[in-house]
Amino acid sequence: MTTTPISPRALRWARRRQSFTRSWNAYRSQRTGMIGLVLLGAIVILALAAPLLIDQSQLSVTQATGERMAPPSAGYPLGTDEVGRSILALTLWGSRLSLLIGLTATVVAIVIGTALGVTSGHIGGWYGWVALRVSDWFMVLPSLVVAIALLAVLGRSMSTTIIVIALVSWSGTTRLVRAQTLTVQARPYLERARALGAGHWHQMSKHILPNVLPLVLASATLLVPSAILMESSLAWLGLGDPNVVSWGSILNRASNNGAVSAHAWWYLLPPGLAILLVVLAFMMCGRALEAVFNPRLRGEQG
Amino acid sequence: MTDGMPSGTTEPADGASTEAPSAGRSERRGSSGFGRYLLKHVGGAAVSLLLVLFSSFFIFRLIAGDPIDQLTKERPVTPEQREAMRAELGLDKPLWAQFVDYITGTLSGDLGSSFQFRRPIFDLIVERLPATLLLSGTGMVLAVLLGFWIGTRSGWRQGSRFDKGHVATGLLLYSAPTFWLGMIVILVFARYLGLFPVNGMRSPDTPPEFWPQAVDIGYHLVLPVLTYTAVVYAGYLMIMRSSLLDEIGSDYLTTARAKGLRDDEVRTKHAVPNALLPTVTLVFLALGGVVNGSIVTETVFSWPGLGSLFVQSIFYPDRPVLQALFVLFSSSTILAVLGAEILYWFIDPRIRRSG
Repeated sequence: MTTTPISPRALRWARRRQSFTRSWNAYRSQRTGMIGLVLLGAIVILALAAPLLIDQSQLSVTQATGERMAPPSAGYPLGTDEVGRSILALTLWGSRLSLLIGLTATVVAIVIGTALGVTSGHIGGWYGWVALRVSDWFMVLPSLVVAIALLAVLGRSMSTTIIVIALVSWSGTTRLVRAQTLTVQARPYLERARALGAGHWHQMSKHILPNVLPLVLASATLLVPSAILMESSLAWLGLGDPNVVSWGSILNRASNNGAVSAHAWWYLLPPGLAILLVVLAFMMCGRALEAVFNPRLRGEQG
Repeated sequence: MTDGMPSGTTEPADGASTEAPSAGRSERRGSSGFGRYLLKHVGGAAVSLLLVLFSSFFIFRLIAGDPIDQLTKERPVTPEQREAMRAELGLDKPLWAQFVDYITGTLSGDLGSSFQFRRPIFDLIVERLPATLLLSGTGMVLAVLLGFWIGTRSGWRQGSRFDKGHVATGLLLYSAPTFWLGMIVILVFARYLGLFPVNGMRSPDTPPEFWPQAVDIGYHLVLPVLTYTAVVYAGYLMIMRSSLLDEIGSDYLTTARAKGLRDDEVRTKHAVPNALLPTVTLVFLALGGVVNGSIVTETVFSWPGLGSLFVQSIFYPDRPVLQALFVLFSSSTILAVLGAEILYWFIDPRIRRSG
């Protein structure tokens, strides 16, 4: 019986599917990772469904209907803020912005970090040295200080927030990717590729990148929570985009309007707990992914 | 936890694998002693510090635009007055000359004067530094002790109930935003229970003698330190735990056990000293997170330190103060890493051999 020759493309995809299944099985066996994933799924669905659940008009300051700073009641299950808006509506809508900024900033940071990491590891020389030094420099600087300084002069908007958060978060990825690139470089199949005349671009995109991507994915999952925390800190300090509602900006208004001295626990708890839950969910997923892709950690979590 | 400590919980995993900074830079040539090692790292730190000055000039002079517009935002000024102010601030010179002025000024301690307080920034910093050092110093010592102590026990009994409980608590506290935790702490302990003051560092009615003052400050210190420690210790716990996990299973531990040492002795005399090596570097590298934490904690509790001064200056906006503190905070983390590298020479004999 003859088998039809398999095209290299089909073979590649079959292998990818196989390794994906293997990783998924390793991931699935970790309880914390699965809890994190379910939690994250629920939060993302709620954030996406926000417009269906609560109308955006409820966020308007001028059309607020509730009593001012009132504790939870039948009409307002989580109470109201200082102008009478529902805290539930604010928290639900806030999730969209907090997630959006956290994810976008992470993507930007990861792209910069991976590009610099792969190229600096592969090309090396003075370029690699400079890239490593610059990423070391960024790693040491206190991120919040840099972010505040930049936002103070650039002005407050969503895009500047994203750029600034990305700028203070890429360096760790560069280091990680560079180290992994150096490991992959030393393997025989790269020598073979070079011997067959593969150029730098081919080596980096076809051989190195697919090998570092799993680690990048794990580190991205751990970058999102710190980006979300950074966004909430900046927004709480009053450096967020004044035109949008995020969890940090809700807490900023709470601080500025004396929610703590008014004992308005309903104003403080929902947005804060929301941040905590999202961050925790991402961390659980990230740690589980790390255990899957980083063999050194295997067996660390049951 | 504030954001900026990606080097906290995330670091132990990849941090240990991306070699410790000093080990990475080791040269393969023969060793020529401490002098050369010191020179290399001091040189690196000097370049980093210069980069900080350069970027602060770039951010606050080039991106930020003309400070005169800000100084005169509410008053009408004649063009002559503007020119006079520009000359006074040295803005009429070419850019490179301004840069040289800025560098020499900063290095000689002349940081300019604050727009909002109309005082030299150097004096402001000297005045507020003790409060910051008191809060972050106390918090840091507590966090390091707590993190190392729990981390060691957690890692040694990996998978036990103690381990699981503490890792879960640590992750939970790490996930809470610092400022929110502070607000909740104030709400519960100061507002509801009335046990501690709401904010500030001193009560106005305390007698000026030393002891009443010290007690009063200590009393005000409790809640900020509690918040700060809660947020920072988790990072140390995870770092210590994962370095200890790296050591477990090493041959020398088996040997130690085979010699008949008790479990406690194996842990404290053999495993912990080795696990401390990578931990020391990571703790110093995490100092950026410590600065972040103290900025937020000081702001929540209106603690009269440098962090709250920094935040206070954002909206004035008091750019000279922002600029000076940007340089100060950044340099302190760079110097801390340099300190770790020098310390490494003394505690890790391997560096001495590899140069």
